[in-house]
Amino acid sequence: MKVLRDTSILFGRSMRHILRSPDTIITVAIMPIMFMLLFVYVFGGAIQTGARNYVNYLLPGILLIAIASGIAYTAFRLFTDRQKGLFARFHSMPVARSSVLWAHVLTSLVSNAISVVVIILVALIMGFRSSAGVLAWLAVAGILVLFTLALTWLAVIPGLTAKTVEGASAFSYPLIFLPFISSAFVPTATMPTVVRAFAENQPVTSIINTVRSLLNSEPVGNEIWIALAWCVGIAIVTYFFAMRAYKQTA
Amino acid sequence: MTDIAIHVKDLRKSFKATEVLKGVDFEVRRGEIFALLGSNGAGKTTTINILSTLLKPDDGSASVCGFDVGRQSEKVRESISLTGQFAAVDGILTGRENLVLIAKLRGVADAHKTADALLSRFGLSDAAKRRADTYSGGMARRLDIAMSLVGTPAVIFLDEPTTGLDPEGRLEVWKTAKDLADRGTTILLTTQNLEEAEQLADRIAILHGGKIIASGTLDELKKLFPPAKVEYIEKQPSLEEIFLAIVGQKEASK
Ligand SMILES: Nc1ncnc2c1ncn2[C@@H]1O[C@H](COP(=O)(O)OP(=O)(O)OP(=O)(O)O)[C@@H](O)[C@H]1O
Ligand SMILES: [Mg+2]
Repeated sequence: MKVLRDTSILFGRSMRHILRSPDTIITVAIMPIMFMLLFVYVFGGAIQTGARNYVNYLLPGILLIAIASGIAYTAFRLFTDRQKGLFARFHSMPVARSSVLWAHVLTSLVSNAISVVVIILVALIMGFRSSAGVLAWLAVAGILVLFTLALTWLAVIPGLTAKTVEGASAFSYPLIFLPFISSAFVPTATMPTVVRAFAENQPVTSIINTVRSLLNSEPVGNEIWIALAWCVGIAIVTYFFAMRAYKQTA
Repeated sequence: MTDIAIHVKDLRKSFKATEVLKGVDFEVRRGEIFALLGSNGAGKTTTINILSTLLKPDDGSASVCGFDVGRQSEKVRESISLTGQFAAVDGILTGRENLVLIAKLRGVADAHKTADALLSRFGLSDAAKRRADTYSGGMARRLDIAMSLVGTPAVIFLDEPTTGLDPEGRLEVWKTAKDLADRGTTILLTTQNLEEAEQLADRIAILHGGKIIASGTLDELKKLFPPAKVEYIEKQPSLEEIFLAIVGQKEASK
């Protein structure tokens, strides 16, 4: 299959970019790790979550922050490829057009997965423990992949349309901030009404609660469906706009 | 098999309010070097982008090697190679990796051998293992052109291939273009450099105001030049003078 062949060649190329500048992975992982250290060792003592292990409580939110900042690099890589004329080069060659984009999407999934694994390792050192079985871990992986995919398609849009590098990655700042107004660090019950209403109804909270329940072998209830609906919904909408932007890319 | 490699008929293209191409016609024969001459913003890159399937024309028709650029774009892409106005190389990969990448994408049998042959042909063997973003402008341009030669496409588009090159680099590119044409490759090149067109091209077309206002061999273009000046100036009119006379920018004559 030509599409698969082209995608794998171009995926190899972008992965080489990542391995050659490991600072992108470190930068993506370091900020969430800092937050984790800060919240566990500085604020942690004063935060009442009801959980015995605060690292366990905090980790899901930290992972989402990592993914939200990781996809800024996806937008950045798309932006540079477009600006350097590499898209034009590939598109004027007998290369499956969709491969050029999918290679970036796969790279985004893999590089974010690496960051997530690094952060989980650090969390283990800090005392994170999970009673989850293989199935629960697979479910966690599935939700995180879906979340990364949704944000990746979102990142494709500025990556393909931005006029400046800053413009290409600025969209990720509010996303990185979103977990702070959610159940990531403190239970939403302590928040003032308006903030609480926002926190409880934004996508990040349901995803965090689901991942947290899965990792602690607790029932996920309805929350998992809300989380999935958000991820799939965002993915579909952003995919539509991303493809529209891609059609107009020379 | 016809003798015509590129056929452009009544090509039109606008960007929002700006009408860039207002009915462009020209033909390029197999194995010839054809120069599209025009000032900044004349629409040279737009024309090349349409021919290399990157842009859709608003109207008119264009075909490469007998394939319509709109309806048979996949066939067109198999026949062409584009060297854009700005070197399109992957700065994070080495020169050699760039070539191997293109060779693999083009399905060339021995990607590594092809890469090495091109590296030595373009004097890049010593820099082969260095990241391309450490290359000088001229080296990047040479790598860029080398990447376009992978898989020996029948038609090559060179969009201002010598802009930003030193005289030596320019001669190198000219030599490459001539070699390719000798081997039967059709070359469509755009340039603002009149000497380049004069040196290199079998035939020249001048794109101005959205149309081809003159085209032909250098000799044919010379005949269009008002002879008055020739009476007391011994030398033949240079293409630059022809160009400026036709375009009507007399104030710039040297
Ligand atoms: N994507 C675009 N959107 C809007 N306008 C465009 C676009 N591409 C080109 N143009 C406009 O079309 C005109 C022709 O551009 P083009 O790049 O084809 O010229 P050119 O002959 O290659 O010029 P140069 O010698 O500077 O490279 C210019 O006025 C340019 O601003
Ligand atoms: Mg141009």
